[in-house]
Formats: sequence, structure tokens, C-alpha cells
Amino acid sequence: MNETVVNEREEKEKIAVHPRLQEFLFSTRRFLKNPLTIIGLVIIILFALIAVFAPLIAPPHGSDPYRIPHTGWKMTPSPPSDIHPLGTLEQQYDIFYGVVWGTRLAFRIGVTVVFANLLIGIILGALAGYYGGIADEIIMRITDMFYAIPFLVAAMALVVAIGRGLKAVIIVLIILGWPTYTRVIRGEILVLREKDYILAARAGGASSLRIIFKHILPNSIYSVLIIASMNIGTVVLTAAALSFLGLGSETGYADWGQMVAMSRNWIVGPADNRLAFWYVVIIPGFVIAMFVLGWNLLGDAARDVFDPKMRRR
Amino acid sequence: MQKLIEARDVYTNFFTFEGVVKALNGVSIIVNQGETYGLVGESGCGKSVTVRSIMRIVQSPGRIVGGKILLFLSREDKGQGIDILKRSEAYMESIRGNDISMIFQEASTSLNPVLSIGYQVAESFLLHRLDEMLKETIDTLKAEIESGKLFITGWWKKFQGLLFKAELKGLERYTDMVAGIDRRLYELEDSTDKISIDERNHLNRKRDRLKKTVFVVQCVRHLPFIKHYGKKLHKTIRIHVIDLLKELGVPNPQNVPDMYPHELSGGMQQRIVIAIALACHPKLLIADEPTSNLDVTIQAQIIDLIKNLKSTSIASVLFITHDLGLVAEMCDRVTVMYAGDACETAAVKDLFKEPLHPYTKGLLRSVPKLKAQKELESIPGTVPNLIHPPSGCRFHPRCPHAKDICSEDKPPLTEHSEGHFIACYLYT
Repeated sequence: MNETVVNEREEKEKIAVHPRLQEFLFSTRRFLKNPLTIIGLVIIILFALIAVFAPLIAPPHGSDPYRIPHTGWKMTPSPPSDIHPLGTLEQQYDIFYGVVWGTRLAFRIGVTVVFANLLIGIILGALAGYYGGIADEIIMRITDMFYAIPFLVAAMALVVAIGRGLKAVIIVLIILGWPTYTRVIRGEILVLREKDYILAARAGGASSLRIIFKHILPNSIYSVLIIASMNIGTVVLTAAALSFLGLGSETGYADWGQMVAMSRNWIVGPADNRLAFWYVVIIPGFVIAMFVLGWNLLGDAARDVFDPKMRRR
Repeated sequence: MQKLIEARDVYTNFFTFEGVVKALNGVSIIVNQGETYGLVGESGCGKSVTVRSIMRIVQSPGRIVGGKILLFLSREDKGQGIDILKRSEAYMESIRGNDISMIFQEASTSLNPVLSIGYQVAESFLLHRLDEMLKETIDTLKAEIESGKLFITGWWKKFQGLLFKAELKGLERYTDMVAGIDRRLYELEDSTDKISIDERNHLNRKRDRLKKTVFVVQCVRHLPFIKHYGKKLHKTIRIHVIDLLKELGVPNPQNVPDMYPHELSGGMQQRIVIAIALACHPKLLIADEPTSNLDVTIQAQIIDLIKNLKSTSIASVLFITHDLGLVAEMCDRVTVMYAGDACETAAVKDLFKEPLHPYTKGLLRSVPKLKAQKELESIPGTVPNLIHPPSGCRFHPRCPHAKDICSEDKPPLTEHSEGHFIACYLYT
């Protein structure tokens, strides 16, 4: 009696669950099995919430919300207090406000840059891999050139050439970032191009563009997506480094790198209390580190979920 | 008999690092309408390259360097045929899968692992039968609007109908333009003066460009939000896919379209591959060793299936195999190939009763027989390296009857008795 009820219920569930939903559930289970994944997910969701609700958490004052409000010109940072929950930087820039609005900026930089990189990288890599010959030669030699120059040096030179500022940083990171994706996609496509099912698709009358976009890319895109999800953190870190070097946003902008740059002089306190200004360095630095860590953990999880060779084990 | 496709002295070379592999050395075959044609030979003798040359899908670094491949379709003048080697890639794309389609050796590798079965079968319809599908969709939409009562869905359906009609109109315009280009190209087929060659090249390029434009325009359909209007079309196609799968004896045809290739058995996968090939009722089905990786019972099923389909929906079959038993059972006419040469072409009975070419004789002697007691014979020697093939007849180093002339000149394919062609100096 009991067994039949259970069986019936199982039957019902089998019928009710659409294959796509089932696949989704499987992915989610797989995704949540790893505790590190959950940590990464929580970190990123937290940051995303902060970014979305930034105007509520830290109401902006001026016309440009990304400009950190500052109360006075005093050079010495002041410790956490009622008005400044996380203290202030030099010239009394509010750290709390900077961290909150900096989250928005970090997402903006990371997502824009990685998305543009993906687009360029996938298209160029697909062309190089599928058509081969002279297109391949030209595109791959260009990527080699990009790899030959140290990344940060090239980025600095280009930012200076374009004119410093956040836009310049984003443009430069887009220009310099795509070769990784191009190489990976090209390698994947070189393998897939010779597969029987591609030949079969050609024999069925599919055109080369259709074969690239419909038959090859769905097979090869996952490794690139995994790299991309890991790279969002790296891109933000690089942008912060450029800001730290004084090439990114201007002083007082809600950019984590900029905030770390402003705390450069206050790493060590006066002789009687060496840790007097701990909040100035540790808070923005910690936020950057958490953001990067979150994306890296998520990237690992993305591999578990996306990669069809890993997932069925 | 009416010819369907003719390969005339086709030379295909592979330009590898070690040297030029002369894979096809002037192969000629003629497949007539309504016949099953066999292509036999040992591995590496160029059977697959022959059919890939016929479809113009020789993989790089291979290239067709000489010869003619004539296609006799009812669309245009039947008498002369169209040399497809001179046509544009876009033209070939409209032929492949539509008039000629192909089944590959291993079904498991010729299905894309990340696309659902439904999509892969539907692609044939999307590529070659889009106009019919659009018309059907518009009709069903009309019927639904008439019977429907809800006001809002009615408007949505009318809107969908309008979009489909626009798409159909665009498609018809494209078809007209392409038909015009093809007609003009056919007129220019045999002229060799410079002006018409230039015009031919220009038209071929124009056809390619048109196809690319259409592809880009069709990409609009896949944009987010806009793509929802296309769902109706996919529903129509799905009905056809399910019908096709039912026809081919796939169990549970309602659910199979949602599955992925790895969820099916080898025999089922081969059926799906056949379904993809047959979706548009091709005039010629090329089967490249369709059963070599299946166990015997499934082999028998697949062979029966192809036989049945031959009598109902396809005109001709070009069957590649190295299994002589299958040839005897399936084919009307056979060509025996050796190292890129077509040695002997004959009706199946003649070939088995009276093999003429020394290679064919050796091949038949090396087939195990039921009552034979002695050890199985084999042909001495090995298949030659095709980078440096033997001069003259490529079989002469292994041939027991080789004469002096065999190593000097390539023997021409001559008619020995009616319908029995042979390339050997023993019979001239």
C-alpha cells in the first residue's frame, strides 16, 4: 500500500518535471554541493545587493553620486564614529560611502570589460580557428604581440596615451584583455573543426557562419565562460592597481583602488601608536580582496556546472 | 536510364607536409536515377574521398584538382547537367542535404553532443524547407485566430502572422533572385570566353554574398524577446520531426526530440542520422559505411530500413562499404576501387559471376565461404603509399598478370561487355 503510494508520487514527479527544469535542478544541486561555492556565492550576492541598493545605504549628496562627500580639509584620517561609521580618509572622505559606491563601480568595470573581451575574443578566435590560413596567422600573431608586452606596463602606457580617467582604464583593459579568450576559443575550435558532426552539418547544407555559431560555439564556449567569471575579479584588481598608481579616477572618486591610493601615507601611524590608522588601509583593501575571492570561487563552481565533461562524474 | 550524377575523371589531392597524396586518380562513376550503387574497396582506397568530392566537402588540406562532377536535376535542362565544381559555395549549400544527403560512418560522432535531437533534425527543415514551414505556420495561425475567443491572444497571433508573412515574402524574394542567378549561370555553363567567365565568377560571388546577408538578417530572429515570436514556427517543424521519427521506427517519438545524442543507443543514433538525411526527401542518399560500427542485428535493421526507404522516399542510394556480402544483397551496380582508381564497374550479378579485374578476383577469393575447407587466400603485398603511387596501373606491383605496359600507362576504363567497364590491359 505504502509502496504504491510512493511509486505513484515518484511517477507524478517524473511527469511534472520538465527536462530543462530537471537539468536546472541538477545543476543547482551540483553547484551547491561545494561549501566554497556557497561562500563565493554569498560574497557576490552581498556585493550585488550593496551595488543595487547603494542609493539607500549611502544617500548621495552632490550631482555625481560617485564623488565621495568630504567634511573638511583636515589631512589626518579620523577613526570610525557616529557620522562616519568606518572612519574617513585624508581630507575627511567618508570610507563607508566610498566602499558602497565603489561596489557599483567595481561591477561596472568588471562586467563591461569582461563582456567586451568575450565578444571580441570569441569572434576573432572563431574566425581564426575555423577559417585558418591567413586570417589565423594575422590574428594569432597580434595576440602574440599582446603577450610579449608586460600587461601592467602596456596598460599604463596606453592609459597615459588616451588620457587618464576611469573611461580610459576601461578602454585599455578591453584592448588588452581579449587575447586570452581568442587563444582558448581558437584552440577549442581547432579540435572541434575536424569532428564528424561538423562535416555532417556541412553535408546537411549548413553554411560556415551557421556552423560556427550554431554547431561549434555551443561546444566550445564553456571554457571561455569559466575564464571570464574568474577574470571579473582580476579585471577589478587591475583597475584598482591602475587607480592606485594614479592613472585611474581622480582624487575623491568612489573607487577602491583610488581609496587605497589615498591611504598610502597612513599605513603606519605615529611612533606612539603604529596601528592608529588601521581602518584607512584595511577596509578598502579587504573589500577588494573579498570581491576578487568571491569571483574566483564562483569561477570554480562555474566549471563544475558548465563543463559537460566534469559534470556527469 | 536517366543519369542522376556523374563524376568524370575526378582527381583529388591532399597537400600534406610529407608531400602530395594523390588520393583520387581520375575516378569516374555514374549513378542513375532509382538505382542502388555500390562502391567497394579496402580501407584507404578513396571511397570516402570520392563521395566527399561529389558533395564538395573534402576536408583541408584536400582539394579537388581536376575533373567534372555533373548533376542532372529535373529543375533545369536534364540533358547536359550542371558542373557543380564551377558553382558557388552557396549553391552547394542549397544542394547538400536537399538533393544529395549523406549518412556518416559513426552515428555517435556525427551527432552534435550539445544540441538536442529535435534541433538537429529540425535544422534540415529550417535550411531547405523554410518556405513550406512558414506557410503552414501562417495557416495554423489563421485557423487559431478564427476559432479563438480571447481578444488579446488574437491580436498577438495576428502580429505573429504579420511577421511570418514578412519573412515569407523576404524569403520568396531571395529565392527569386537566386533562381535568376542560377538560370543565367546555366546559360553560361559551357561558354569559355573571358567575358562569360568573368560574369560567371561575378554571379557566383553575388550568390555567396546574398546567402551571407540572409544569414545575418535571420540572426535578428534570435535576439532576446524577438525570438519568442518564432516559437510557433518551431512548433510546426516539431510536428514534422515527430512524424519523420515515427516513420523511421524510432520508439517514443514524442520525447526523443528533447533528448541528447548520448541518451540514445547506437542503433537509435543511426536512425536519427538517417532521419536528418531524409528530412528533405533527397534524390540521392550517400551512405558511407552506415553499418560498420553496429552489431549484426542492428546492422540488419538499418539495412532493411534503407531498403524500405529506397522503395518509398529516396530515388537513388550510393552505398559505400567494404562488406562484399552487403553489396551482393543491396546494390544494382558496383564499382570496385583500388588505391584511388576505379578498376571495375559492373552490374552486381556480372561482377560476382564473372569478375574480370585481377584485383576484383583477388578480393572475391579472400571472402570466406560456407563450404570452403582450405585456408583463405589473400592478395600478396600491401596497399601502396599514395604520395609516391606506382606508375601506370596502381595495382601492377601486386598483380599476378602484370605486363610491361602496366607499369607505363594508366589503363583506360573500357566497356568489356554491355554495362561492364574495366580498366585493365588484360582485356584490350
